[in-house]
Amino acid sequence: MDTISRAKEIRRFILKSINSFGVGHVGGSLSIADILAVLYEKHMRVDPSNPKKQGRDRFVLSKGHAGPALYATLCSFGFFDESELLTLNKIGTHLPSHCNAVLTKGVDVSAGSLGQGISCAVGVALASRLAGDGAHIYSIVGDGETQEGQVWEAFMQAGFRQLDNLTVFIDNNGMQIDDVTNKILRMEDFEAKMKAFGFNTIRIDGHDHVAIDNAITKAKSFKGMPTAIIADTVKGKGVSFYEQMGVGNHSTNVTNEQLEKALAELR
Amino acid sequence: MEMRKAYAATLAKLMEENKNIVILDADLSKACGTGPLYEKFPNRCFDIGIAETNMTSIAAGMATYGCIPFIHSFAPFVARRTFDQIAVSIVYAEQKVVIVGTDPGVWTAANGGTHMSFEDVAAMRALPNMVVFEPVDSTQLTLALPQIVECPNPVYIRMARKEVPDVFGSDYKFDLFKADTLTQGDDLTIIVSGINTPDCVKAAEILKDEGINVNLINMHTIKPLDKATVLESAKRTKKVLTVENANCIGGLYGAVAELLSKELPTKCDYVAVNDELGEVGTTDELKIRYGLTLEKILEKARNLIKEK
Repeated sequence: MDTISRAKEIRRFILKSINSFGVGHVGGSLSIADILAVLYEKHMRVDPSNPKKQGRDRFVLSKGHAGPALYATLCSFGFFDESELLTLNKIGTHLPSHCNAVLTKGVDVSAGSLGQGISCAVGVALASRLAGDGAHIYSIVGDGETQEGQVWEAFMQAGFRQLDNLTVFIDNNGMQIDDVTNKILRMEDFEAKMKAFGFNTIRIDGHDHVAIDNAITKAKSFKGMPTAIIADTVKGKGVSFYEQMGVGNHSTNVTNEQLEKALAELR
Repeated sequence: MEMRKAYAATLAKLMEENKNIVILDADLSKACGTGPLYEKFPNRCFDIGIAETNMTSIAAGMATYGCIPFIHSFAPFVARRTFDQIAVSIVYAEQKVVIVGTDPGVWTAANGGTHMSFEDVAAMRALPNMVVFEPVDSTQLTLALPQIVECPNPVYIRMARKEVPDVFGSDYKFDLFKADTLTQGDDLTIIVSGINTPDCVKAAEILKDEGINVNLINMHTIKPLDKATVLESAKRTKKVLTVENANCIGGLYGAVAELLSKELPTKCDYVAVNDELGEVGTTDELKIRYGLTLEKILEKARNLIKEK
């Protein structure tokens, strides 16, 4: 599948699964759909039929509340059946709102308490380097999430230890629950900050598939430093009325009517 | 022997046998005793810097890769500051990490209240699947570590760093999940963990001379509690005193009282910190300050015996 079709399918799956429960983390899931589509289509060395395969690349969704985006991606790539998406957040599900590696095929690390996932990703990268298995570790951190101090502890560790097997995306959608990020606690300039913490930095439009693809290729080949891909994104991207909703789209309804309208836009 | 020396020597052996064991510190490797391991295993030891929460989640990430991480700091920094990281990155994620909190309670001495953890037992006990272990001496610690490596659960070890008196001899057989009965008696059960054990041994001798026969139990593993041993003893003695270097809320006393109140209501009392904060002093002075002395153990024991 081409990445454009893949991203559309991922967005359709996100909305279908959230619709099955009625409400969920719509905005921050849609904002990373393009990154996930390109990452899993072109770069992640994983095997849906053997999700625990040794030496596979690992993905850590540090902004764990975007679980529906990762589930949609894993489903799209055949890790589990589409029917499972409709169990999101229902009691006993394998798909809880925040990622749980114990429950979900293809999820490598549990995350959801913000700031911890990226530290775990650093641990995964250290362990992979120790094992010498050549895996590459990818993680997505939210721009709001970087307000957690632990994120910077993790970044400085990755930079100091020159973890060039680690690529971190910052999903820079500019919004958090209470307001736009710049009004709550401005975190820019990400490039300057990440450089200062020992990262190679690349800034891209997080919805431009060629730019995403090129950035990941560069990140993988870059030696001696971890790479930060600062991805400027739009919260709710791909569905006009969720984009227009702005801050309110963080956790919001997906009614049957909204789903129908959204799916029409995502054909 | 110093606890930290016994710890490092045992871990060095285990690291030779098991390549998955890795060591993480937060700028207290020398204090916690792991320093020598950095020379022997430079690739498997990681001083993360003064960042305990980061160390905790990094260890959990390494565990997802098959590593068996041991993380170290003073008890409050590795079991209080890091509580959410332990709860989510380790426990919720079902990762096995061994958390080593050194100088718990009055062992903190001159580092004082900021560094003194009386609540770590209660906090760690409240986490599902967590094993809470508090060694008495270097012999017990040395025998426990191989079993801790084999145990699939996350484990919290609260231990002194420096010299402690020996309680167990070379013939000691250790089982992580089985309490040790040190003296047998039918008049009073004393259940003790860690630092206060030698005083309890003395107390049992003194009380014996007074005609009170103590069934003295060392509860080295506070969670999971060896329920059978507690119940058997409480049934015989009908009176139970717990002794610990921790808060009276949620620790060993809590564990024993929770069990007995449901299974076998029994008259209990405790020697523990009476819901207070830490402060500076020598360990011996602090034992007096918080009422954790031999005299206090004897006083509470005699009072329990007097009660009908």
